[in-house]
Amino acid sequence: MPVATLEVSAPLRMLHWLYPVLLLGCAYLIIPIIGTNYLFEAILLPFLALSLAGVGLNILTGYAGQVSLGSAAFLAVGAFAAYNFNLRVEGLPLIGCIVLAGFAAAAIGIVFGLPSLRLKGFYLAVSTLAAQFFVQWALTKFNWFSDNSASGVIDAPLLSVAGVAFNGAVRRYLFSLTVVTLLTLFAYRLVSSQTGRNFIAVRDNEAAARIIGVPVLKTKLVAFAISSFIIGVAGVLWAFTYLRTVEPAGFNLDRSFQILFIIIIGGLASIRGAFFGAALLVVSPLILSRLGSFLLGDLFNSGVLEMSQRIVLGVLIILFLILEPDGLVSLWDRIRKRTIARLKKR
Amino acid sequence: MRIFNKLKRAAVAASLVLSVAVPAAHADEQYFPLQSYRVGPYAAGGTGFFGGFIDYLNLINTRDGGVNGVKLTWSEGETQYEVERGVEVYERLKNNPGVAAWNPLSVGIAYAMIDRITQDKVPLVTINHGRTDSTDGRVFPYVFPLLLNPYSETSGIVNYIASKEGGLDSLKGKKIAVLYHGSPYGKETIPIYELLAKKYGFELQQIEVPHPGNEQQAQWLTIRRAKPDYVVLRGWGVMNPVALKSAAKVGFPVDHIVGNVWSNSEEDAIPAGDAAKGYTAITTQASGAEYPVVKEIIKTLYDNGKGNLEDKSRIGSVYHNLGIVNGILNVEAIRIAQEKFGKRTLTGDEVRWGFEHLQLDPARVEALGAKDLFHSINVTWDNHEGNGYVTFQQWDGKKWNVVSDWIAPDWALLRPIIEKSAEAYAKEKGIKLRTSEDQVTATN
Repeated sequence: MPVATLEVSAPLRMLHWLYPVLLLGCAYLIIPIIGTNYLFEAILLPFLALSLAGVGLNILTGYAGQVSLGSAAFLAVGAFAAYNFNLRVEGLPLIGCIVLAGFAAAAIGIVFGLPSLRLKGFYLAVSTLAAQFFVQWALTKFNWFSDNSASGVIDAPLLSVAGVAFNGAVRRYLFSLTVVTLLTLFAYRLVSSQTGRNFIAVRDNEAAARIIGVPVLKTKLVAFAISSFIIGVAGVLWAFTYLRTVEPAGFNLDRSFQILFIIIIGGLASIRGAFFGAALLVVSPLILSRLGSFLLGDLFNSGVLEMSQRIVLGVLIILFLILEPDGLVSLWDRIRKRTIARLKKR
Repeated sequence: MRIFNKLKRAAVAASLVLSVAVPAAHADEQYFPLQSYRVGPYAAGGTGFFGGFIDYLNLINTRDGGVNGVKLTWSEGETQYEVERGVEVYERLKNNPGVAAWNPLSVGIAYAMIDRITQDKVPLVTINHGRTDSTDGRVFPYVFPLLLNPYSETSGIVNYIASKEGGLDSLKGKKIAVLYHGSPYGKETIPIYELLAKKYGFELQQIEVPHPGNEQQAQWLTIRRAKPDYVVLRGWGVMNPVALKSAAKVGFPVDHIVGNVWSNSEEDAIPAGDAAKGYTAITTQASGAEYPVVKEIIKTLYDNGKGNLEDKSRIGSVYHNLGIVNGILNVEAIRIAQEKFGKRTLTGDEVRWGFEHLQLDPARVEALGAKDLFHSINVTWDNHEGNGYVTFQQWDGKKWNVVSDWIAPDWALLRPIIEKSAEAYAKEKGIKLRTSEDQVTATN
């Protein structure tokens, strides 16, 4: 029934814009007023950085279909590059450092994206592992990257843009939020542009894409570059606004898997999915841990509790994937549609 | 969808729980937030250390009714040795009333906390590890790498080897190989070994073992070719037993391998089996349960089923005793600060003052029931390490036996290097160096 579809889709389209605007308004105006320090430092700052990393990986894996296990390496490149640009280039403003760090990550991304011209699927995933191990090794091996600091752990500089210092938790949150919003908008525009359609064409059928004139090799490298750029900037946020310290060991394979899980659970080929996935992976362990120690804290020590939380989290993820293989984002859409349908019935 | 509704309900319940889970404030309590790790690759160290720490706090409460009547309290947050979790636990626990000091036992977490605790004015104790230049109290007022920083450890090991060879002069022409973990931690002492090699004229070869270190064939073949007089093991986790086993395979004598402070536990030696027999390692606190304070812990707590360690055979192990010593140092800092500020709940900055006057001579250590467990400590406002002495213990296949006197590292030699590094940090961060006047009073 085409008529009915039109009727539904008109308000839906309006909601399509209404939701993000409401959400942003809430994030900018309400949360800074009501949020506690804990909310910013332990939940929102890692959530924002990981969401952005998820957006970056989703462009590569979700849209362009190139599986990568090297996301943490690009996070590390971004973080260390921003640190070094800030340290070594006198008078370079913070924004400049972040953008240059993104480009540095993009450059490394292109280098490690080259195997994608020949390799596919699992083989490509394995070759991106090289990025993971090489970057971590290089950052540990060459002290220059950490300014010859004896222990190899570096401190993030103070954040300031045009003379405004972003030093409190709320200000760092607002800074992070702004960067994430801008890059997410960029990603939204990108995936509906010609380049974005090329990504999808390459993902769905490489041979067909080539026949209709999509430059496959260039498309793949562009996907690697843009994805790594975004992940690199996420790395800067992770290091500068959240942890405020950087060490190579923090960007290990576990982190790469975490980002991959974020997009799988949140929903592949969906920008919103990265945010859903990051929310689940950041918040649910905390809730489980607090709930567990509140309910059972007197009976077991924290080790036993932690182990059982891991099991619960694992089971939850498996359940989600079985009940909703398209990710949280499609679950959300279904709930929304159903609510609208119910409202319409009344 | 039913499952989703249930989950939603669970989430609502959880958020309700979160809002009430903060303990209420009591008068005269001093609180220790513990960023412990009982799960994950480093659980052996975490359970032992935090077990010993909690045991000692518990002993003070049970035996003495607290520190001058001020009860000690604590709660744990699991970090799995991961920096993000450590930060999360920090943010979660820091608002509890009467926080005395933070003791994360993790370099990474400690680094992420330096800015935060400096802002909050609460001490951060990194016993036997941490950032070396935080020894300089002029730049790091709230950070305390008590007893032994990595540089002092290096000097202590070289002094021990010298004592075995008949004095520092006999190091000339000797050959020492350092096998280090391929991580920032492992690499931290490279320049110090070089400095000491130049000073004493021994030949030095430093060899990296990539993390995690479960494959060391190549490194030990290099060592066999070079035939060093001693091998120093600067290891971590699985690297240590593998090193001992590989040494046995290439026929390097195990009694000429000297382990550093993170290669010195039962957990490092036992997995190597017979290959570890005769292995020597540095420590700041002797292991064993024969010290009066450990005996009291057994009598007061473990005999009444109140001990923290699940496995009683680990009582008196290296990590357990390190936790106990850490407990002694924290409690004594509070006691010293109470003398000045009053016998009540102290603020973080007041406890900081206590740590900066934490001077326990051997007589006081004996009075605390810890004679021979550790030597002494002498923290001042500008020396936050406190000149800890080290001793060496040898593994006999079942337990560690002390085989040396208490040895002093060459603090005077290391101090200028530490100051230089700390001053560079101060410059980068725009920190004004403290003077001795600044430490007198406590704010907040």
